[in-house]
Amino acid sequence: MRSNLGFFSDEKFRSIFFQTLVVGLFALGLFFVISTTSYNLEKRNIATGWSFLQNPAGFDISFSPFLEFKSTDTHLKVYFVGVLNTLLVSITGCIAATILGFILGIVRLSSNWLLSRLVYIYVEFSRNVPLLLQIILWYSILIQLPRVKQSLEVLDVFYISNRGLYSPRPIFENGFSYVLIAIVLALISSFLITRWAKKRQDKTGQQFPVFSSSIGLIFIVPLILFFILGSPLSFEHPELKGFNFKGGLVIRPEFIAMFLALSIYTAAFISEIVRAGIMSVSKGQREASAAIGLKQTWIMRLIIIPQALRVIVPPLTSQYLNLTKNSSLGIAVGYADLVHGFGGISLNQTGQAIECMAIVMATYLSISLTISFFMNIYNRSIQFKEK
Amino acid sequence: MKKLLSIFAVVAFAFSAHAGTLDDVKNRGFLKCGVTTGLAGFAAPDDSGEWAGLDADMCRAVAVAVFGDRSKVEFITTTGKSRFPTLASGEVDMLARNTTWTISRDVNLGFEFVGVNFYDGQGFMVPSALGVSSATELDGATVCIQTGTTTELNLADFFRLNGISYEALPIETNDEGKENLFAGRCDVYTTDASGLSSTRAAASNPDKWVVLPEIISKEPLGPLVRHGDHQWGDVVRWSLNAMIIAEELGITSENVDAQTSSNVPEVLRLLGVEGNYGEMLELSNDWAYQIIKQIGNYSESYEANVGPDTPLEIARGLNALWTQGGILYAPPFR
Repeated sequence: MRSNLGFFSDEKFRSIFFQTLVVGLFALGLFFVISTTSYNLEKRNIATGWSFLQNPAGFDISFSPFLEFKSTDTHLKVYFVGVLNTLLVSITGCIAATILGFILGIVRLSSNWLLSRLVYIYVEFSRNVPLLLQIILWYSILIQLPRVKQSLEVLDVFYISNRGLYSPRPIFENGFSYVLIAIVLALISSFLITRWAKKRQDKTGQQFPVFSSSIGLIFIVPLILFFILGSPLSFEHPELKGFNFKGGLVIRPEFIAMFLALSIYTAAFISEIVRAGIMSVSKGQREASAAIGLKQTWIMRLIIIPQALRVIVPPLTSQYLNLTKNSSLGIAVGYADLVHGFGGISLNQTGQAIECMAIVMATYLSISLTISFFMNIYNRSIQFKEK
Repeated sequence: MKKLLSIFAVVAFAFSAHAGTLDDVKNRGFLKCGVTTGLAGFAAPDDSGEWAGLDADMCRAVAVAVFGDRSKVEFITTTGKSRFPTLASGEVDMLARNTTWTISRDVNLGFEFVGVNFYDGQGFMVPSALGVSSATELDGATVCIQTGTTTELNLADFFRLNGISYEALPIETNDEGKENLFAGRCDVYTTDASGLSSTRAAASNPDKWVVLPEIISKEPLGPLVRHGDHQWGDVVRWSLNAMIIAEELGITSENVDAQTSSNVPEVLRLLGVEGNYGEMLELSNDWAYQIIKQIGNYSESYEANVGPDTPLEIARGLNALWTQGGILYAPPFR
């Protein structure tokens, strides 16, 4: 008996044996899933393949702010429209959630009892109510806005109705490109000024008003150029014609509902992460910086936040990933994102469920990995560097 | 190892192979029938919580054919999107869900439409206050539409053909469409004309809504089953046909007992007094008799659920028998 198990008591052999077993079982399982699926597809006469991507979609997508979409376009284009719409709501949502989350996290730590309690209530409410309900709640509120014929008029140029928020659309005329070039140049030079000022401060201790000079460069110089060139910008105003407003820019209630729900929901989590990050910086740091006479705002900006960021960024990354994945709930309110457009309508019209789902999953995977990649680079850049 | 492999083989076989659906249903003891999430007149729970409607009757007719009992059916709700995967995966035995018979669904999706229980066409409904009298006046309108339907494709075609623009608001269920239309998020709701009548009937003030005269498509709605199980397909097909033939022969749920002593050969064949048509379908010989007795003929089901005396007020039109100006026609029972 003992001799039979001789090589089994060798730790190295045992670990290789079990690892091989696990990998083997996994591969076997995968094989059965794939072979059963393809067997059943064949048996039910369901056609497979990727050629459907080139077929005309046959339906219309109205919410496509970046690409013009017609019903004669292909399913592949439906996919691109969906990806862009998913990215649109994810990116704007991440930015808003970050800003809101940081503000709320800091306010939560404020010594003002009322403010900090209010944030507490907000955080507990929005992170404990399912996101889907919040999306539907926002949407139901938005479609109770006045009908399009009774739109609310704001400042004579904005119109609010349950069809969305209409605003004038800027039309860039000849010469506006110079203004854009000026803005880019101003951005580059203010970046250089910041570097130069930091170097000078390190060497001589003298400070340079970086903030105000950058503002001057970025805003005032292009503005002066803009007027010298004779204001090469006009606006197309939305006008009520027939059933709807024509012209102008429009933000649809489906997008607003998704944007609000996603950013408000995620901001609650981010504010807790920010709070944890700030609290992780030891009290001594704050006291020491106060002792050398730094201003309160400087203590926050120069001492606390840089150290807190090391704690904040890794969980912040997973919030960005969550928000992006949660944007797939857009289907609940008819927001034409990737899942609704390509993973929903195209899937249904073509019946190619496995192909469509595989593409949608691969896309979410790539988006998530891209976010992680950049956040990891950022994370490395803010980590404590030992000298 | 050999044993392990054979276990896997058995499991794989169990996952992939289906015995006949008819046997599955008989063994289970009840029928699983996929219906809409609620469309008054076709399939919706009535005041007492019982499913009622033309499609619900179709499900019950099949349950009666198999079990002789109209209550042996479980209704499973499906959306426009989920209906096909639900049927394909075997979660339901059949769909009776306002589903349009098209070539791609019949061929490419691997289903089999066994007949038509309602001839429909796509229409438009608008608030009467809008003052629109024809669909060609809808330039620039926002249109609510259920996704995953043939309606979506017809709509795009219609507007393209007429060179008018529109904005589509894709929604998932009929209820969402209703909500968005009533709130004014969209100007127009488009779906099968019968669905519009049903939605209009459910409005708090039906007079505020008009269904436009244009019918822009053919929508033959009928029950469907998985492709390849012909025995089961036959059971569902002939359950429907039995109801239509019963109307043709003037057999109703009230006079069916008296008709068993009729002298018309086809009546006797249908009611199982002569011949062994039930056995051919592997059903009891009085299956059609039971359908007529417990559900009624096609006309009875139509009048009770969608006809002129119901809130839907849909005239027989195309759905009248071929002998009465419609196109409802069942192959002979012999």
